[in-house]
Amino acid sequence: MVDIPLDTVAGIPPAEVGEVELYHPRSWWTRYVFSQDAKIIAVQYSITAMAIGMVALVLSWLMRLQLGFPGTFSFIDANQYLQFITMHGMIMVVYLLTALFLGGFGNYLIPLMVGARDMVFPYVNMLSYWIYLLAVVVLVSTFFVPGGPTGAGWTLYPPQAILSGTPGQDWGIVLMLASLILFIIGFTMGGLNYVVTVLQGRTRGMTLMRMPLTVWGIFTATVMALLAFPALFVASVMLLLDRLLGTSFFMPTLVEMGQLTKYGGGSPIMFQHLFWFFGHPEVYIVALPAFGIISDLISVHARKNIFGYRMMVWAIVGIGALSFVVWAHHMYVSGMNPYFGFFFATTTLIIAIPTAIKVYNWVLTLWRGDIHLTIPMLFALAFIVTFVNGGLTGLFLGNVVVDVPLSDTMFVVAHFHMVMGIAPIMAVFGGLYHWYPKVTGRMLNEGLGRFHFWVSFLGAYAIFFPMHYLGLLGMPRRYHDIGETSFVPASAHDLNAFMSIAALIVGFAQLVFLFNLVWSLFKGKEAGGNPWGAASLEWQTPETPPAHGNWGKELPIVYRWAYDYSVPGAGRDFVPQNEPPAGLSAQGSHP
Amino acid sequence: MAVAILLLLIAIASVLFHLLSPWWWTPLASNWHYIDDTITLTFWITGAVFSAVVVFMAYCVFRFRHKEGRRADYNPENKKLEGWLTIATAVGVAAMLAPGLVVWHQFVTVPADATEIEVMGQQWMWSYRLPGKDGRLGTSDARKISAENPMGLSPNDPNGQDDIVIQNDDLHLPVGKPVKVLLRSIDVLHDFYVPEFRAKMDMIPGSVTYYWFTPTRAGTFDVLCAELCGSAHAQMRSKVIVEEEKDYHAWLEKQRTFAELSGQPNVAKAAYKTKSE
Repeated sequence: MVDIPLDTVAGIPPAEVGEVELYHPRSWWTRYVFSQDAKIIAVQYSITAMAIGMVALVLSWLMRLQLGFPGTFSFIDANQYLQFITMHGMIMVVYLLTALFLGGFGNYLIPLMVGARDMVFPYVNMLSYWIYLLAVVVLVSTFFVPGGPTGAGWTLYPPQAILSGTPGQDWGIVLMLASLILFIIGFTMGGLNYVVTVLQGRTRGMTLMRMPLTVWGIFTATVMALLAFPALFVASVMLLLDRLLGTSFFMPTLVEMGQLTKYGGGSPIMFQHLFWFFGHPEVYIVALPAFGIISDLISVHARKNIFGYRMMVWAIVGIGALSFVVWAHHMYVSGMNPYFGFFFATTTLIIAIPTAIKVYNWVLTLWRGDIHLTIPMLFALAFIVTFVNGGLTGLFLGNVVVDVPLSDTMFVVAHFHMVMGIAPIMAVFGGLYHWYPKVTGRMLNEGLGRFHFWVSFLGAYAIFFPMHYLGLLGMPRRYHDIGETSFVPASAHDLNAFMSIAALIVGFAQLVFLFNLVWSLFKGKEAGGNPWGAASLEWQTPETPPAHGNWGKELPIVYRWAYDYSVPGAGRDFVPQNEPPAGLSAQGSHP
Repeated sequence: MAVAILLLLIAIASVLFHLLSPWWWTPLASNWHYIDDTITLTFWITGAVFSAVVVFMAYCVFRFRHKEGRRADYNPENKKLEGWLTIATAVGVAAMLAPGLVVWHQFVTVPADATEIEVMGQQWMWSYRLPGKDGRLGTSDARKISAENPMGLSPNDPNGQDDIVIQNDDLHLPVGKPVKVLLRSIDVLHDFYVPEFRAKMDMIPGSVTYYWFTPTRAGTFDVLCAELCGSAHAQMRSKVIVEEEKDYHAWLEKQRTFAELSGQPNVAKAAYKTKSE
């Protein structure tokens, strides 16, 4: 135990408890492999997530090749196509985005941003990563088992998921469910850490209303995930029991290939309710950390305080709460009671209001700013464009009767890729370019970065903006080949081919980014401790990269919010959160 | 500067693409022009918001980009502005939601004179059932399915004896008559999807779902499955042929009833008649 400091600085309460002694690694293995340091765990999470993300990226190439040039590639058949879409969707949503935002960004940023030495439960934190890795290994193993991975679609709807007309019904679906169960166990360990660290691990002076919005986003997303993932957990367990033990939770009386099965009495809709009770919050589990990161990037790189901080916080919390009463908007044409449509359309469209507030506040932060068009700022701008685009098309799908003709078409694919694929990925890239210097002490290469940005942003827009119109046309999703129809004109096939070529080019740009990550580690420009002139706490560490325990001898004391940029009268255009109020620099500060 | 111009170009190109692209919804063949109208309204409102936000961003990037000596304003909050923006957004949302809910009410309210027909999905083909001269569909049960009884009709239900069973063939419908489509599946989830009708609904084994529509023009329309149903999902096709009532009846006379199919010619001898005859 360390002595409790008794002095009281103006407005800062004395510490109530002393610091807990950290576990110190004694060997290379415990320092870098079985590490209990949140920063190392964050890097482990990020690398694993990006590695599995590359698998999903390659799968998307294969799908786009098939869609753009149907019948040309003999190595893609109908079954494999279904396996590709299933694995692509599941990996991108769960194993990449969730893991990267919460496991990667969350682990790295939460302790540093709230002024803690580490997560509150470092050992549990370490376990969370290793169980996540195990979940990924189990997932990847499905590529090599008899029958291959499941081709049930990323929603894994029964009865299809476990009947014999679906690829991967032998081993694939069982391992997929096992992997999800593992993922949720691992995530729960990490998630409890993030929540407790935010609530209990903040340094003196770091009130909740002084926390950077990145922490607010990750914190709220984690609380949501802890409430939403259990629904997927039980759904996975029940489906696994249906598959392995012959229970009938989700299986009604049915005929499989002309033969009456042993199942009877279950309800397939019940699975969908459980799945989407997880699945819709999941959209915001990915979006809220992105919202937070974008808020910070815009503020730092426009050298201006974030506009309407309190509204931004309440919007994040409000979106988080509301997202639990909208899940059935994924089920308007599922055959549930049609009168639910009135309720769920209303709640779904109400979410647009706090979401719009966030967008307004980002663009109003740009207003009268001092905008530096750095790469993180470019990605932040791209995030807003793609997020607004995808968010607005969400209003089509949330409005129950408009959803009827559009659901299950390429419009839906375009919408969710724009809003929860491209937009969050833009936030991920912006965040990586922004915080890479803190993690490694070096800047990412600027030229490669700009190339990566322009190709990714314009390319992704070129893929997914026109795709909406294929959906309007009526082109259904989950088709490996549309074949002969009376309503799809030849020009639509040309458009498909164009989108596929764009997808290959965008994919190539990601290889450039990966190269940049590795190359800059050795050859990048030295960054110094605070290259962007940022005010939030993570940039004020005594060392860069921060050492074990983050803060050296003494924890920082926080005197202000994280967004004191261009404060009138202050010498520099930013005032770090831990700079004591002295003279003019305190004037005009947000409390 | 380049960034501002590109942002502006994205806004302009998006609007132009919307206005000029040849890819648009299929010509409507049902009464659901209300749905098309709601989509059009939603395009107007969301398009205006998208353009406004992106153009505003382009202006900010152009006007407030970093120059030597520039310093940003310091204004953490403006409650009045945020309040007005919130109200404007709420009005915009209500303008889309209210008509949407009105049309949804129509969608879930089946007219009393609608004829009930049944669509049955299975891996991977479509079967249809039309009521016989009693105008009623008989009950069915997946456990009764056999080679002679592909739709699993209950042999003891008198209402089902005159039902017309169409296995793996086209569905014919008379133009201008409302139909309530009862949807059933015997194995996995399917979705009876005819793009020209706009309406669609999943088919769930173990329950019967429904929707209604009125075909408004004659023609032959593709039926696709819109819910992922396994390996041959993309090949699960059929056709709906909407025709004048006279042609429809001529087609109907040639179809076989459940009784005929199950080898009970006596019961079925009375040829099919519609209520109007």
